Amino acid sequence: MWDMVARIFPYAVAYSMPLLAASLGGLFSERSGVVNIGLEGLMVVGNFVCAVTISKLQPSLGQGAIWIGLAAAALSGLAFSLLHAVASINLSANQVISGTAINMVSTALTVFLARTITGSGNVHITLGFVPFDVPVLSGIPILGPLLFTKTYVTTWLLLAILLLSWFVLYKTPFGLRLRACGEHPQTADAAGVNVYRIRYAGVLISGALAGLAGGTILVTFSGEFNGTVAGLGFLALAALIFGKWKPLGILGATFFFGFAATLANVSQVVPLLARIPGIVLKAFPYVVTLLALVAFSKTTQGPRAAGEIYDAGKR
Amino acid sequence: MKGFKDLFTALAAVFLGLAAGAILMLAIGSNPLEGFAYLFRGGLMNVERIGNTLATATTLTLTGLAMAFAFRTGLFSIGASGQMLVGGLAATALGLGLHLPKAAMLPLMLLAATAAGAAWGFVPGYLKARFNVHEVVSTIMLNWIAYWTVYYAVPAYFKAEYLETESARIPEYASLKVAWLTRLSQGSFLNLGIFVALACAVLVAIVLNRTTLGFELKAVGFNRHAAEFAGIDVPRKMALSLGISGALAGLAGATFYVGYAVNMQIGVLPSQGMDGVAVALLGANSPLGVVLSALFFGILHSGKGFMNAMTKIPPEIGDTIIAVIIYFAATSVLFTRVWDAITARKRRKA
Repeated sequence: MWDMVARIFPYAVAYSMPLLAASLGGLFSERSGVVNIGLEGLMVVGNFVCAVTISKLQPSLGQGAIWIGLAAAALSGLAFSLLHAVASINLSANQVISGTAINMVSTALTVFLARTITGSGNVHITLGFVPFDVPVLSGIPILGPLLFTKTYVTTWLLLAILLLSWFVLYKTPFGLRLRACGEHPQTADAAGVNVYRIRYAGVLISGALAGLAGGTILVTFSGEFNGTVAGLGFLALAALIFGKWKPLGILGATFFFGFAATLANVSQVVPLLARIPGIVLKAFPYVVTLLALVAFSKTTQGPRAAGEIYDAGKR
Repeated sequence: MKGFKDLFTALAAVFLGLAAGAILMLAIGSNPLEGFAYLFRGGLMNVERIGNTLATATTLTLTGLAMAFAFRTGLFSIGASGQMLVGGLAATALGLGLHLPKAAMLPLMLLAATAAGAAWGFVPGYLKARFNVHEVVSTIMLNWIAYWTVYYAVPAYFKAEYLETESARIPEYASLKVAWLTRLSQGSFLNLGIFVALACAVLVAIVLNRTTLGFELKAVGFNRHAAEFAGIDVPRKMALSLGISGALAGLAGATFYVGYAVNMQIGVLPSQGMDGVAVALLGANSPLGVVLSALFFGILHSGKGFMNAMTKIPPEIGDTIIAVIIYFAATSVLFTRVWDAITARKRRKA
């Protein structure tokens, strides 16, 4: 049992990290009052740009290309999320429709470009990050094998971003304003906050983080762009809700989903799990989210103004 | 006047979508005029291709109607993909499991697909009504639950002879394809589903415009608080609306999996579900508009393969155009501002 857990754990951690990044992105967007179901598409964009950048630069730059690829992924996600920002902040579009459009544009456009670049719809990279054992810490009993062996450098980067997000949201004036815009934008406006600018910031940060999430998938466990991130963007959205729109809650939720998904993926080779029907393991995160939504429906609500078009004249 | 305004915004969105397509074709060094010529010829150049366009439009009409119906009640369901899957699975299960004359088979299968889709739509409806769970989130979850259900159910119960990744072929007596339509359309995928889709469009138009239920649903869509104040049971109407929307999407699944296609592939969330959003938006959520825009998207979908064969433009251009059209349909306030400016100037002159 312990052997199995210790063996699965590093994979689960690696799998939950892109979820964490995308979900944090969703957090910034939704706390500013803009629903972003385009996370999936923004992840695909990041995944694609990262793959192209790395495959072009790797021959000349080697390992350094991976970092440039990740930066490019975040930047491309940011740029693409501008579409969503303009539509939902300036043009009073329905945010869910705009997000849906983002999802559709990004999958179609990236495969279109991939076919033009490589001939097939896929882009491979030859080398991603190699997992490493953290010196000293990996020697700690129990925690060592679970958390500090076979870790990716991106894991530590994203955990740092998580801490930073928490700090920005709760300890800086910008964070306070962002949250105010998601709860009651008219009040924030009356207090002198530029609601449009804050919401732009929220959406663009979400784009950058979702792009980074897409890049992380590529350089850790997938190694290939194939036009999809397999619903991880939607799972990130579920994690956002499951985590009650709070950074630490999101960390818990993404890890929970990551662990569940990893269990489902390895169930074939683990005798203990092979007895559970695959469908139960695969559908588990989604069913749990539905149940959690029902259970939390009375006690928690998302940001009150999320999804609403900001109308300065409304009270 | 409202009709003209809708038409104007729809045409503007289509124009910008095609323009985006043209820019992309230019960007990869192809000639857009040639590309579009092949795209439209691929959808329309002979009877067989027109048949395929109509067959594609059949499913899109039904998913578009499903979306439009929920939109009219102010609900944004994006669960049509999952509902298509369960509808298709129900129809496939009966199609492979039962052996009755075709005249008995088809109604039973369509009924099963409707019921499965309705159930899959009613769940988010109930969760919305009872627990105020947002329908977008719950339909996303249900899409993936449907995806994995099909993923495991098909190999376990309906496996094809050699392949693990698809169901066995639907036998002739259980397919919506009929000899006379196939002959009439010179071997296209055209099937009885087209009559189902058209009947549903008429039915939805009647329900929305001529019945108390339709009136109440629209009232909820316009202003749920006012509707509640007027004595309408809002939660019940929402659940009902999503249930009916699911039923339409379930039927769409039947027309696709046991009409257009000959079996069910696993591991695919049907794109027609999301395309339904585009169809409904472009059609301004009216049944007639939905039929027309489904036809347009049908041309794009069935023409893109031909264009890809004749030029070096990847077929994803079709999906890109559709997605851009949705984006501009969603930001239609741009065009309505232009429209208002034009009509205001005219009025000043008069």
